[in-house]
Amino acid sequence: MGSHKPTGISRWLFTTNHKDIGTMYLWFSFIMFLTGGAFALGIRLELFQPGLQFWDPNTFNSLTTMHGLIMVFGAVMPAFVGLANWLIPMQIGAPDMALPRMNNWSFWILPFAFGLLLSSFFLPGGAPNFGWTFYAPLSTKFGPPSTDFFIFGVHLMGISSIMGAINVIVTVFNMRAPGMTLMKMPMFVWTWVITAFLLIMVMPVLAGAVTMMLTDRHFGTSFFDAAGGGDPVMFQHIFWFFGHPEVYIMILPAFGIASHIIPTFSRKPLFGYSSMVYATASIAFLSFIVWAHHMFTVGMPVVGELYFMIATMIIAVPTGVKIFNWVATMWQGSLTFETPMLFALAFVILFTLGGVSGVMLAMTPVDKQYHDTYFVVAHFHYVLFPGAIFGTIAAVYYWLPKWVGNMYNETLGKVHFWLSIIFVNLTFFPMHFSGLAGMQRRVPDYNMMFEDFNRMSSIGALGLGLTQLLFFYIVVQCVRGGTGKATGEVWEGAEGLEFTHLPSPAPYHSFDEAPEVK
Amino acid sequence: MSLLRKVRSGVVLLAVLLSSSLMANPEYSIYNLRPGVTETSQEVFDLHMLVVYIMTVVTILVFGAMLYSIIRFRKSKHPVPAKFHHSTKLEIIWTVIPAIILIYLAVPAGKLLLKVEDTSYSDMTIKVTGSQWKWHYDYMDNDVSFYSSLSTPREQFEDYSRTGTEKGENYLLEVDNEVVLPIGKKVRILLTADDVIHSWWMPDFAVKMDAIPGLINETWTKIDKPGVYRGVCAELCGKDHGYMPIVVRAVSQDDFDKWVGQKHAEKAEADRLAAEAAAKSWSMEDLMADGEKVYMEKCAVCHQANGEGLATFPALKGSKVTTVDSPDDHARQVIFGKNAMPPFGDMLTDAEIAAVVTYTRNQWGNNTGQLVQPGRIKELKAGK
Amino acid sequence: MSNEKDQKIVFKLIGLTVLMSVFTFAMVPLYDLFCEITGINGKIVDQALYQESEIDKEREITVEFVTSIKRGMPWEFNTQTKKVVVHPGELNEVMFFARNKSGYAITGQAIPSVTPGKASLYLNKTECFCFDQQTLKAGETIDMPMRFYLDPDIPDDIHTITMYYALFNASPDNDSSVAQK
Repeated sequence: MGSHKPTGISRWLFTTNHKDIGTMYLWFSFIMFLTGGAFALGIRLELFQPGLQFWDPNTFNSLTTMHGLIMVFGAVMPAFVGLANWLIPMQIGAPDMALPRMNNWSFWILPFAFGLLLSSFFLPGGAPNFGWTFYAPLSTKFGPPSTDFFIFGVHLMGISSIMGAINVIVTVFNMRAPGMTLMKMPMFVWTWVITAFLLIMVMPVLAGAVTMMLTDRHFGTSFFDAAGGGDPVMFQHIFWFFGHPEVYIMILPAFGIASHIIPTFSRKPLFGYSSMVYATASIAFLSFIVWAHHMFTVGMPVVGELYFMIATMIIAVPTGVKIFNWVATMWQGSLTFETPMLFALAFVILFTLGGVSGVMLAMTPVDKQYHDTYFVVAHFHYVLFPGAIFGTIAAVYYWLPKWVGNMYNETLGKVHFWLSIIFVNLTFFPMHFSGLAGMQRRVPDYNMMFEDFNRMSSIGALGLGLTQLLFFYIVVQCVRGGTGKATGEVWEGAEGLEFTHLPSPAPYHSFDEAPEVK
Repeated sequence: MSLLRKVRSGVVLLAVLLSSSLMANPEYSIYNLRPGVTETSQEVFDLHMLVVYIMTVVTILVFGAMLYSIIRFRKSKHPVPAKFHHSTKLEIIWTVIPAIILIYLAVPAGKLLLKVEDTSYSDMTIKVTGSQWKWHYDYMDNDVSFYSSLSTPREQFEDYSRTGTEKGENYLLEVDNEVVLPIGKKVRILLTADDVIHSWWMPDFAVKMDAIPGLINETWTKIDKPGVYRGVCAELCGKDHGYMPIVVRAVSQDDFDKWVGQKHAEKAEADRLAAEAAAKSWSMEDLMADGEKVYMEKCAVCHQANGEGLATFPALKGSKVTTVDSPDDHARQVIFGKNAMPPFGDMLTDAEIAAVVTYTRNQWGNNTGQLVQPGRIKELKAGK
Repeated sequence: MSNEKDQKIVFKLIGLTVLMSVFTFAMVPLYDLFCEITGINGKIVDQALYQESEIDKEREITVEFVTSIKRGMPWEFNTQTKKVVVHPGELNEVMFFARNKSGYAITGQAIPSVTPGKASLYLNKTECFCFDQQTLKAGETIDMPMRFYLDPDIPDDIHTITMYYALFNASPDNDSSVAQK
């Protein structure tokens, strides 16, 4: 590693610096977020009123599929990897990630993976149109030619994620500053290590599933085709064996983020650090044994349904522990409400709402009514948007001054927050009602009785999308000087090596000498 | 104090959810699950309400504690923070209490599940087969079977000029052939599919079960109240997933028996007419005119009205099947289906198939000049 | 930057990745095994030998037969008996019937499925057309016997069993892996 800071395009192409790579991941994720958001607006445009006004149903299905894939694999996951790159070395007192060259590769695979995926819109037959869950045989025998692009794209992003995860684990295991024992690690590092293990264990499963799809499509196997002795239900088992841990991959780092921000602005240490660690680990463990709760209508044996119902309900216990711990952290603190804190609080509140509908969905006999309706759409958007995305936004506001050395515009930040919170609820809350009233998922058209709710959602979605452009402006303004210089501590009483031991902005090479942790 | 307002509005929204379910006409609520018209759907509804109430209380407690902290412990009111960061007692309490609540919910849920899954001692059986994008119903004990597909005309939903269209009350929730079931009888429903996975969902019965190609599933219902109930396909099954509704008309046993008799008579009459039509020799004009009607109704969904296809649905204009292949091969493909193309042999009469084959071979510049007679279709269907 | 300590963990983690990949593909046979043990999806692919046992004349179980023909399969395929009432332990025979309605030879494969799934654990077939593929010449007709018996240990809560056969075109030239040409 050179000690000088390279410049120009080659700096970004060949960089092995964790801060540069983190920055690239975050910008990439933001571009994907806007792309996936544009698809979402395309969906909401069509759903603004009954009837088909803008897209034929096939294109509509492509939009829902690509919205899901881009948001899950392109926006949320790279955002967390970007944060991990920026923060983990600084938080554990390491000079860089353990495997910097691999770090570079794992980022640069992504533009190719998503370029491939997005280019499928221009193929005959259109982009993948079978939903982000790509159930066989809709995606195998009946998938458009672009399905093969999708398969290859998923392979690439799988490789990228696995490399990223290996890097995190090696860094955390081998490069912690002297004195930083595992149980002294910051929560964000803890949640990311657990996430990294989830990634390493489930991304191969996803890769295997799409490989089976590929051979079913082209090489005469019939893993998922009943005609050849396969079973389409097996696809769902394999998919959700990946898919459920994936859900937690998208939320655990946000748990970590909230566990930093809430204590800082409560001016009080995190309540129940060790129970937070154990709760995170139990959630991760449980995620492997509950997958079939996504499949309560496939005709499982009763015993199986009972088991998956009970196992799923158990998840509410560690999740509840985390929420109660955050509330207890605030209790008798000395609270201020800067933008990161506002987003973190909204995260806790709205994630709780998503968790509550999660308990409802876990109950098998009732889930048979909720399954595949807008109620489910409301549920997972409540855990993903205010969960994963608010978590990421909170993290950016919280650490951006440390990264660039300038303060963002607090007033604009608050405007961004209030608009986001209004529009996120306007978009997703009505979906609970339309789902309960009987509107199924993934349809371009609906009966007039769902019209009011869909209008609200569409208006909310437009507002929510535009509001995020304000976020873009705030970040750019902050990078270019913002409202003034940030102090090294940035926030009054902020804990963690990145705040206590490094100036703002954090130097290009930090912690060449490991700090001593007491 | 805007955060306070936010939380307050959240509470108001929850209150709306609660009150609407309490006050609204129980038969119809656009805010809530419907209690439905079967014993199990009512129990599902009750369990749903129980979990809504419990979760509302839990949510209010959590939000209340947060709100209290936000107001009471803001820096201006509480400048010196406490130092505590641990309490084993508290942590045990909030591990155990949720666990108890969950057990309290899991017990009735488990009991109800066992009931919902018990298909034994049924009075009659229907077989439901999903195919892109219609349902086929087979009354196993009554020798009645038919296809049921969306009856909302395309003009009502295709509004690409964005001028708005008149829509009927049951827009997208109406079908050409309703499923008729007797009330008070335990009906076992067998489900399978022809192509991809579909899901038969009837909210009023609290029945949702996947129809999976190559596998058979079963579920049941026992309808208490006569009426017309509307449901949809709930599993993404391709392009027209949003356009394959389900309509069940529940009637008394007497009316059901009458309906079965009527269905048998209709079938006999249709067979007679079809035989008559098949026996006569048709002119090109007649075949083209009828063919266009059949094409627009059955084929245009995928192959499009202009015959140019859409996405993975192949064009018929200038295609090998419609211009190069023999009329027999072409007709066989229509009768027996191929890959994603469903078999129309049971759905269309001999005359209709003859007409649509002739039409597609002589439309959009496919000037083969060949015409196919219903008599030949009859032979092909019989394997001659 | 990589040192020995790093390499050790990296290899372990790559090992874990490989292990999970292997596990994914192992899920296929494991799933089949699991289905066989629990009876999910009711696939019965193995031939059983009839074991003389006490016939439980007290118990009556209704067995239904349902058939369907998959796309592009110009056959007639049906059962001559829609429903039989059987006693556990006795050997029963039902006749199925198939006819190739096309103008060329076609190979068919019937895929069985049973509901309720757990019944398949107690359902033994000593002869079934679904064990093999059938090739019929143009216009050819075949009668196919299916013999089965129910294990006398069949749980009391099973009253009706539905045996379902979906007939697929298994001819080598029938390209089922691509949706459209």
